[in-house]
Amino acid sequence: MATALTRKDFVSDQEVRWCPGCGDYAILAQVQKTMPEFGIEPHKVVFISGIGCSSRFPYYMNTYGFHTIHGRAPAIATGLKVTRPDLDVWVVTGDGDGLSIGGNHLIHVLRRNVDLKILLFNNRIYGLTKGQYSPTSEVGKITKSTPAGSVDFPFNPITVALGAHATFVARSVDVEQKHLGEMLKRAHEHRGASFLEILQNCNIFNDGAFNDLSDKGIKADHQLVLEHGKPLIFGKNRDKGIRMVGMRPEVVTLGQNGVTEKDLVVHDETNLALAFMLGNFEAPMPTPVGVFYAVSRPTYDNAMNQQLEEAKAKQGPGDLAKLLQKGDTWSVN
Amino acid sequence: MQLTGMQFTAESALAGNDIATLPDFPAEIRAPAGTLAGVSGFQLNFSSSEIFTAGDEPNVLVAMNPAALKANLEDVPPNGLIIVDREAFTDANLKRAGYTSNPLSDHSLDKYQVIEVDVTKLTTLALHGLGLNNRAVFRCRNMFVLGMLSWLYQRPTQSTIQYLEGRFKKTPDVLEANLRAFKSGYNYGETTEMFASSYEVPAAKIKPGLYRNITGNAATALGFVAAAVKSGRPLFLGSYPITPASDVLHELSALKNFPVYTFQAEDEIAGVASAVGAAFGGAIAITTTSGPGMNLKEEAIGLAVKVELPPVITDVQRAGPSTGMPTKPEQADLLMAMYGRHGESPIPIIAAATPADCFECAYEAVRIAVKYMTPVVLMTDGQLANGAEPWLLPDADKLPEIKVEFRTDPNGFMPYSRDEKTLARPWAIPGTPGLEHRLGGITGENLTGNISYSPANHELMIRIRARKVAGIAQEIPPTEVFGDPNGGDLVVLGWGSTFGPIREAVKQAREKGRKVSHIHLRYLNPLPRDLADQLRKFKQVMVAEMNMGQLLKMIRADYLIDAVGFNKIQGRPFKVSELVTRIDRALEG
Ligand code: SF4
Repeated sequence: MATALTRKDFVSDQEVRWCPGCGDYAILAQVQKTMPEFGIEPHKVVFISGIGCSSRFPYYMNTYGFHTIHGRAPAIATGLKVTRPDLDVWVVTGDGDGLSIGGNHLIHVLRRNVDLKILLFNNRIYGLTKGQYSPTSEVGKITKSTPAGSVDFPFNPITVALGAHATFVARSVDVEQKHLGEMLKRAHEHRGASFLEILQNCNIFNDGAFNDLSDKGIKADHQLVLEHGKPLIFGKNRDKGIRMVGMRPEVVTLGQNGVTEKDLVVHDETNLALAFMLGNFEAPMPTPVGVFYAVSRPTYDNAMNQQLEEAKAKQGPGDLAKLLQKGDTWSVN
Repeated sequence: MQLTGMQFTAESALAGNDIATLPDFPAEIRAPAGTLAGVSGFQLNFSSSEIFTAGDEPNVLVAMNPAALKANLEDVPPNGLIIVDREAFTDANLKRAGYTSNPLSDHSLDKYQVIEVDVTKLTTLALHGLGLNNRAVFRCRNMFVLGMLSWLYQRPTQSTIQYLEGRFKKTPDVLEANLRAFKSGYNYGETTEMFASSYEVPAAKIKPGLYRNITGNAATALGFVAAAVKSGRPLFLGSYPITPASDVLHELSALKNFPVYTFQAEDEIAGVASAVGAAFGGAIAITTTSGPGMNLKEEAIGLAVKVELPPVITDVQRAGPSTGMPTKPEQADLLMAMYGRHGESPIPIIAAATPADCFECAYEAVRIAVKYMTPVVLMTDGQLANGAEPWLLPDADKLPEIKVEFRTDPNGFMPYSRDEKTLARPWAIPGTPGLEHRLGGITGENLTGNISYSPANHELMIRIRARKVAGIAQEIPPTEVFGDPNGGDLVVLGWGSTFGPIREAVKQAREKGRKVSHIHLRYLNPLPRDLADQLRKFKQVMVAEMNMGQLLKMIRADYLIDAVGFNKIQGRPFKVSELVTRIDRALEG
């Protein structure tokens, strides 16, 4: 069956309504392109979203879809996945939907490790409500609701997810098609809650927020591509790296002051402390993309279904007549 | 004290008495014993004739300390029996309860029969030699009292003994202590001359069949399980713990083999949201809560209304607003259930009248939800939830049919096509080949559900959903009138847990020759089709409810009937006597 699936099988008949030039188009294209590779037929796939520009996503996928209410997609998806473990359930959310109004559901679904693939489109702005700052907007940001600059310290989605004990945490960029495809595959492969932050350009209200990561000329100097087991190297000439000085990371140049590859930190996806450190990188450090953290832990949906199976094995299938008559009964003649 | 009450209830039920209980326990679970806030009581009415309430006035009050006496004294009728633990009436305890003098010696209790028992001392003596510390002995005092009461009312003791044996299986010394205390209490009652005679309450004449004693929350849980079993689907409960609804979660958590999924969510919203998700997947999905949680769930309920999925939302109402009195019943969430969501968002509402009725209502809520593809609100309250009554066990095979048919045919499939009779849309669950579709909260085009901002379509969809819910009235059974079906001077209209006191009051008024009748509603939305006509047969319509007049507003608005209200918002059920007085006034005025 897998070979028979094509991109077209995942494209719905609905007109896509994002603003022209929006980063969401690139993400949609990549998801539609990657889905056939999973070999799962569209009717077994469900996309669930909340509210916001990103949350229009399910309408454009020719799978089952549910565009729900603001912030609650993880909870709705949990109810579905737990009772229907046979389905491949994806959650599409944004920085406002997932980290502001729905922050509570996001952290709980991550700690529970429900087997959901969560894509958080982070454009660091509220698009649908026309341009207010979001919980990932930087301090000082001038927006419609912060004419004097935001005084609101932002969340970092990666460290929020790590702090919530997510078992899979990764980041990619909307226009980095190849990398994004790889991250989608890794996220899908993972059993448990996969958290993938996708940096997404909102060209209407926050254009160029991630230019340093997407502009061909400069991105190599700003992007640190994480690869398990490989040293942390970046830069146009691949001559920059990350070295530890005691407990602190620093950027070094290979070949300068006798620095060699051996001095660099080697990425380890199973090292939570390292993941946190990388998650907290901000300028002048490069922005890491790739898999920060990936470990295996029992999934909530699986554990719950197992309990149900065990109960059935131990007590036999539920017997309604017996249940009704449980406890002290008496007859009235 | 709760334990003692429950056990005595079980004994009474086994003795064939009709029972009704009203547990009255403090919100502050660890409120200091001996203070008024910490009084934990349990009111039980048992009788050899059919009874409908936990009783206005207890004939016997057992007060384990001065605070308990003070909190309950006003409910005891003159000449009522008061049993007190004499030793607990120390100066310190009296002061904590706010007494300036000892009621046991200041003649303030002269109009009652007061029996002073040294419960603590007697329990200590009974347990002598078991090597228990004072604290452990103190804990057995309730068992001593239970034994005493069991003798006083000639309750069978076997079930209590069995219960204790089960509960303390692992701690033989505690078991021995409880059994000894219980038996000593019983024997003390028998041998002491304090009680003039013991009361024998003969078995009540109730419908033949197999009975068990059940609380409203347990009945609610069983109703949902039964509905799931009958429909051949798994049950999913998404819930966040809240008083007084949590017992439904507890009950269902123990029934995994049915199968029942229970998801203790991170908050109220996730509770209902997960149920919406489970309903999308084809489960019998429910959520349980009380008023404060109901507020939080409304947005997700609105989503279920719009996408026409069938989760059932149970609101075990409690006194509000805000935290209010969490352990006390009230009926003030009706209009929230009706109108608490933004936009035109009609939803069927069903309310249980008695603890056992919660079973049928939960079952019926699911039946309607899946038949019409709509969320349904089931309303109970704290009094039903924790109150108990004998339940005539239904025959599992004879429960009404619940048919769940998922759409499988892709031919001509449209997510919002409709069944001609019910107007239900097809339940098309993920995993079905060829039925891939998108649901969403945004207004959708008729039939396809595709996003649509067409003004006429928006109105059309609102009207279709409203018609669908209104259409449920076609299968609501004709209104039952207790009293004069052809009309009379007054009809008392009620819903929910006020059933008992209203029925009893109307009965008493009728015995006095009053032409008064009682109509009790199970279906609050839509209302029964014949209700308006029935009400119009009476010269006066009085709506009795534990709120400021919410059903009253609906009746007046829908029917232009000049009904009046009888309202009580004290976190306590109506007293039969209050209702009788009000009925008298209406008919004499
Ligand atoms: S507002 Fe921004 S995020 Fe939303 S669709 Fe337009 S460009 Fe995309």
